[in-house]
Amino acid sequence: MRKSNVWEEVDWFSIGLYLLFVIAGWMIIYAATYDFDRTVIFDFSQRSGMQLIWIITSIIIGFSILMIENTWYEFFALWIYILVMLLLIATIFLAPNIKGSHSWLVMGPMRVQPAEFAKFATALALAKIMSTYQFNLSQGKNMFTVAMIVLLPMALIFLQQETGSALVFLAFFLVFYREGMPGAILFTGSAAILFFILEIRYGEVMLNAATPLGEFMVLGIIILLIAVLLQIYSKKDNSLSTFAWIVLSVGIPAAIVNRFYPFNLCWAAWAALGANLVYMLVMYFKERKKCYTWIVLFVVCAVGFLYSVDYVFDNVMQSHQKTRLQVAFGMIEDPSGAGYNVNQSKIAIGSGGFVGKGFLNGTQTKLKYVPEQDTDFIFCTIGEEKGFIGSIFVLGAFLLLLYRIIYLANRQKTTFYRIYGYSVASILFFHVAVNIGMVIGIMPVIGIPLPFFSYGGSSLWAFTILLFIFLRLDASRNNRA
Amino acid sequence: MNYNRNDFDSNSRNTVIKLLIGAVLFIYAIQLFNLQVINSDYSGQADSNAFLRQVRYPSRGLMRDRNDKLLVYNQPAYDVMIVMHNTQKFDTLAFCRALNMDVLQFRKRLTDIQNKKLNPGYSPYTPQILLSQVGNKEYGVLQESIYKFPGFLIQKRTVREYTYPHAGHVFGYVAEADKKNIEKDKFYSQGDYIGKTGLERYYEPYLRGEKGVEILLRDSRGRIIGPYNDGENDILSISGKDLTLSIDMDVQIYGEELMSNKLGTIIMIEPKTGEILCMVSSPSYDPNSLIGRQFSTAYSALENDPYKPLLNRAMNGTYPPGSTFKPAQALTYLQEGIIEPPTSFSCNMGFPPGDGHPGCHGHYAPLPLVPAIATSCNSYFAWGLMSMLNNKKYTNIKEAMNKWRDHMVGQGFGYPLGVDMPDEKRGLIPNSNYYDKMYKERWNPFTVISIAIGQGEVLLSPLQICNLATTIANRGYYYAPHVVKKIQDHQLDTLYSHPRYTKIDRKHYETVVEGMRQAVTGGTCYGANLPDIEVCGKTGTAQNKGEDHSIFVGFAPKDDPKVAVMVFVENGGFGAYYAVPMGRLMIEKYLKREISEQDKWLEDKMKNTKILKNAKV
Repeated sequence: MRKSNVWEEVDWFSIGLYLLFVIAGWMIIYAATYDFDRTVIFDFSQRSGMQLIWIITSIIIGFSILMIENTWYEFFALWIYILVMLLLIATIFLAPNIKGSHSWLVMGPMRVQPAEFAKFATALALAKIMSTYQFNLSQGKNMFTVAMIVLLPMALIFLQQETGSALVFLAFFLVFYREGMPGAILFTGSAAILFFILEIRYGEVMLNAATPLGEFMVLGIIILLIAVLLQIYSKKDNSLSTFAWIVLSVGIPAAIVNRFYPFNLCWAAWAALGANLVYMLVMYFKERKKCYTWIVLFVVCAVGFLYSVDYVFDNVMQSHQKTRLQVAFGMIEDPSGAGYNVNQSKIAIGSGGFVGKGFLNGTQTKLKYVPEQDTDFIFCTIGEEKGFIGSIFVLGAFLLLLYRIIYLANRQKTTFYRIYGYSVASILFFHVAVNIGMVIGIMPVIGIPLPFFSYGGSSLWAFTILLFIFLRLDASRNNRA
Repeated sequence: MNYNRNDFDSNSRNTVIKLLIGAVLFIYAIQLFNLQVINSDYSGQADSNAFLRQVRYPSRGLMRDRNDKLLVYNQPAYDVMIVMHNTQKFDTLAFCRALNMDVLQFRKRLTDIQNKKLNPGYSPYTPQILLSQVGNKEYGVLQESIYKFPGFLIQKRTVREYTYPHAGHVFGYVAEADKKNIEKDKFYSQGDYIGKTGLERYYEPYLRGEKGVEILLRDSRGRIIGPYNDGENDILSISGKDLTLSIDMDVQIYGEELMSNKLGTIIMIEPKTGEILCMVSSPSYDPNSLIGRQFSTAYSALENDPYKPLLNRAMNGTYPPGSTFKPAQALTYLQEGIIEPPTSFSCNMGFPPGDGHPGCHGHYAPLPLVPAIATSCNSYFAWGLMSMLNNKKYTNIKEAMNKWRDHMVGQGFGYPLGVDMPDEKRGLIPNSNYYDKMYKERWNPFTVISIAIGQGEVLLSPLQICNLATTIANRGYYYAPHVVKKIQDHQLDTLYSHPRYTKIDRKHYETVVEGMRQAVTGGTCYGANLPDIEVCGKTGTAQNKGEDHSIFVGFAPKDDPKVAVMVFVENGGFGAYYAVPMGRLMIEKYLKREISEQDKWLEDKMKNTKILKNAKV
């Protein structure tokens, strides 16, 4: 076993990006909380002063991680996971109510959010399990195991009323995909999210007098997907043309009738779907090809999902979650209500213009028009003071970091290292995508921090640990285990 | 080592993930470009969020009289403003109590403010006037509790205040700028004040000053954080320029007292400068009634008053001048060589060629010019006009008529004199075209003979009548009459510093002056004969559908005139009844500053006479 020197092998490029992010974040927090009376960046009663402490401790933690033996992480992976899960369970019962969330453990002046640390713990556990000999995600048993590892912390964090942090764990499905999870699951999952958004967004918009647009669009997409799936899997020329004949023979009369007697076009879509289902069942009994049953199953599930979304939206979701979704999808415009935050955040970013208003000159963030401006909405300050140039610079830097991590992950010869690396990339990507998407009005308002920028000890420590464990593993990629 | 025993293509999956990340961040970049570069709405919204532009109103220029008495000044007043966007739930009842306001009235006002029809400049982000000019007491109460009502603020401004309840017509009034004002001049915006009449309107560009702006930073709760950029972007307001009026306030007040309960006007001008010493128009009003929140009720009361107290009769009304026109006629005839001072005409209780029309009163006849003026002989001036219009030195009657008209215009009639007050009436001096049109070219001296004695088509404003006295006192020139003597830091219009000459020789004036002197010493104006001041004068009785108007025009002293005066009493009958005694008192008041013992009874009589018969004038 040859041991390489960590300081020579470690990826200084990533560390450089990391330092750039935290220092830029520190300046932005100073700008975001800048007060007209107090102007000292090192004032420790201020957020910027506190963040400096978090940054210094984070760097100490990061370099400590680099000095720990690389084999320890793999060795202790499951133990760390179990420990953090216990902590999450304890948190549910011990945490006081802070702004509706029960996720903070308060110890005197210190506040720790265990949910932040569950991410790297889960990543370690997944890497550990998935790197065991003959582990294969295409096997249902294995898929179930890893799904459980992800869903456990998710469920616990949901119970702490931290929906945003819980959703972060969905990012691991990207890792599963990379590691062989059937593409169908990612496909189904994405389709489900798409159907959900379309149904909610356009559920109350009418195409004609009687047709709800959302429902019609989803049914139309399902029909299109049947065509795509037939093309990919049936590998028989006339199945697609038969499909086309069915759709046209239903669609054209429906369109003509609709011209004179507008009716609910979903009925026509139903007819086309039903005819296709019958056709595919016939084909199945004729050819005994499995792909037809799979398509039929997909269609049945998709339609079932579509109609359960309505039910979930109306009967399961809490009203504030419904409003957040509706605002995120632009269904209700209410600048002073739920849409206020997003609206103000767009104003702040938009008012930055091309080059921005300059450091400490952002009025929207200074005057507290933007909520949570040093945590979840910190990107607003970047947008307002640094303008389009600054925003693109930050986006570009994140893109660089993510690609770098993926590059590093791909060069690992050890499955454990690679899976952990992909987990880091996926979690960071999910955070960046949801956080920035939220402040620029593309994503629903889901409160999760922007990695390395947002104020907060727990999240900065957790992201540092997450990243530096990977950098430590990467530094020993050439060690023979 | 456990490595790659999978049956999937890890390279393509790797690419899918990278593409996904790249695509999402690319979409975000497009959205950022859209928000920050393409869409420009946001910076405006951000500014209206964060900057509160508080207008700093300048104080209007002050007005003083010729003796430096402060006449018009400013008082602080407070407007309660509301920024709808910043309001939060508040105790409406407490708010209304602080303002001494009815809750229903308050609610109505709130809906009115947001009604774009009633309030076209409405924006939820800018301060709107909720209640204008609240009193000091309400201000004090509200100021203490304003922090409880986010979105409300108090804007300090000033309103006019007048030392004396007099000279309302001269000052004019100030009121909120209306739609037209705002459209015409960018200076004004909703809720600004503007001079509407009188000097306030004429000198508005000097009086208004320059508005300033204070840019304040406002946080998301509507709290004012402080000045933006240490106030470096603020614009200080600049006070309006002060005016020094030529008005002698003592005389003005005295004139208004004499005129009380009568309709009419008294004007006095300093002949050597054209400065107006007093301009009384009766009935008058207390200028203090047209300020503050009672403006609209007070205004509509004045507007509906049948005696039209808002009308400035001194210059915004025209009348037939009657016999006060005769000196102007005499000067014209003399200058044109139609008559010589000794030229005598007969009179037989009327103009003989016109079969006794116009009529005259009893005096000896025939008589030359000086006594004709002194006794105000109608026939003499009718003869004069006939001689002029028939004179062979003109090619025809039209030329003669136009020559006559030119002399009248030269003496200041027929066109506005250029007084520094708005809406001056020009009066009417007919020319031949006028009569051609009126009589379809068929007219002769007898047709137009009434103008010889200041009746008929001739119309003058009282100011023009007074200006006639000025030109006679000056023996042939006048300065455009004006009320403002001095504008702070500015020059007066050159119109007021350049004399204008009539085209009549000085010697002819001496003759007319003699006539007017004799009118006082032994003619129609005997009532104006002050023992130690050589007054020259001329009465007039302007025929009217109702009771005739009583007019006196004159100047004093004869050889070094210090004052020209014109008194016009509507429905006052003969000039000698009211106008002459009032003229006497006015001259006495101005030149001696007090009324002699023996004239006190006259003063009382004038002050206490009530002539308000013909309300429909």
